[in-house]
Amino acid sequence: MDAALTRGSTEAVEDIEIQLLLEALFRRYHYDFRHYARASIKRRLRQAREQLGFSDFTEMQQALLHGDTLVTRLLDYLTVQVSEMFRDPGYFRAIREQVLPHLRTYPSLKLWIAGCSQGEELYSFAILLHEEGLLDRSLIYATDINPAALEAAQSGVYALDRLAAFTQNHQRAGGKTSLSDYYTTAYGRAVFDKKLRAQVVFSDHSLVTDAVFAECQFVSCRNVMIYFDRPLQDRAVGLFKDSLTRRGFLGLGSKETLRFSAHADAFSDFVREEKIYQRRDG
Amino acid sequence: MSDPTPQAVVIGASAGAVQALSAILPRLPADYPVPVLIVVHVPDGPSGLTALFASKCAMTFREPEDKEPIVPATAYLAPPGYHMLVEADRSIALSTDEPVLFSRPSIDVLFETAADSYGAGLTGIILTGANEDGARGAAAVHKAGGTVLVEDPATAYAAAMPTAALMRCPAASAMSLDEIADHLLNLGTS
Repeated sequence: MDAALTRGSTEAVEDIEIQLLLEALFRRYHYDFRHYARASIKRRLRQAREQLGFSDFTEMQQALLHGDTLVTRLLDYLTVQVSEMFRDPGYFRAIREQVLPHLRTYPSLKLWIAGCSQGEELYSFAILLHEEGLLDRSLIYATDINPAALEAAQSGVYALDRLAAFTQNHQRAGGKTSLSDYYTTAYGRAVFDKKLRAQVVFSDHSLVTDAVFAECQFVSCRNVMIYFDRPLQDRAVGLFKDSLTRRGFLGLGSKETLRFSAHADAFSDFVREEKIYQRRDG
Repeated sequence: MSDPTPQAVVIGASAGAVQALSAILPRLPADYPVPVLIVVHVPDGPSGLTALFASKCAMTFREPEDKEPIVPATAYLAPPGYHMLVEADRSIALSTDEPVLFSRPSIDVLFETAADSYGAGLTGIILTGANEDGARGAAAVHKAGGTVLVEDPATAYAAAMPTAALMRCPAASAMSLDEIADHLLNLGTS
């Protein structure tokens, strides 16, 4: 048989297996990754397959369908994102200097951190709002699909060796306090003050399958939708649009854009270089 | 042929990258018929590389945004802190997945996903560098039927990366920077 043909068919088989595996994950456990960007989900699944010791995806699918322990581990491969506090300091500086003056005019504020993972972004927002005297009248929704990540976010505990980077970012973001005011250390860990999450609602929410649940003035969803394909991105941006008040704000990751989105016309650039958009009127 | 294989070039470089790339990229014309995707290892945060090469190159040179369609006559530099991947529909996907071999962007990630997408139409080039990123990716490009060129370790600024690529992918050709540039100039014209 022609070598190229054989190779082509082997690759096609893997693609079919991956599709079936994702279908199984959805039908058995209701986690829907079928519209995740294929190149990176393939990489993550290959990594999971190698490290979990399966010889192919069919064997993995078998274990997924007939047992119930694999799903949790697989979910970690597919969803867990390690971020930093105040990642991209310019983003938080722009929020402080350009967005908060608008938000301040509301008697109460609602913000949504969509895809909050282990909470780094959430605590960054809570600290920023605290510094600006707005935390007490804010409500922050922190959502994710991974229950283990949500639990980590809720505990607010981070390895101490990550704090140097967090501190540096916080300063560059125009921090008005010292980050160390917000945590205590114990056993090589930093434990963040629970007052920071007194105004936070943690919830399991999927941008893929769930609906709008609140009206917010600010949605921050950074480096989450880069894992979605275009139709799924459109769905998520549609949710954000419907969740935002008129002239509400949407913050994306530094290399994300609404340019290719079906909802591009619903938003205008607010701080272009930091990917902060504003919902248009009407 | 009425339907030629879509082509692309992927380049990976680390220590000594600026000089090596400077010997290649400025020689490609503004209407170069093939897209070029590049990973250079740099620390996180803004690097001056994009501005530098945008001014040196005739081709359009930029850091892409997520989901950007890949078009000819354009060189795409992976943004610092992101992996750059190629999707089956030949658009760019970025990811903040954990570093691979301590690198993000990772040469292996670009090469492996580009090999999946372009197969035999892909030319992969490993230049100077002091680590082993890219070796696995070079092998993936070859396995998918693509061509692999490696900067000759004897003349490279840092030999480790090209050496590792040649070990992992013995079918690759070791070439000088000039020969690599000549080879690229011939792509898409035959």
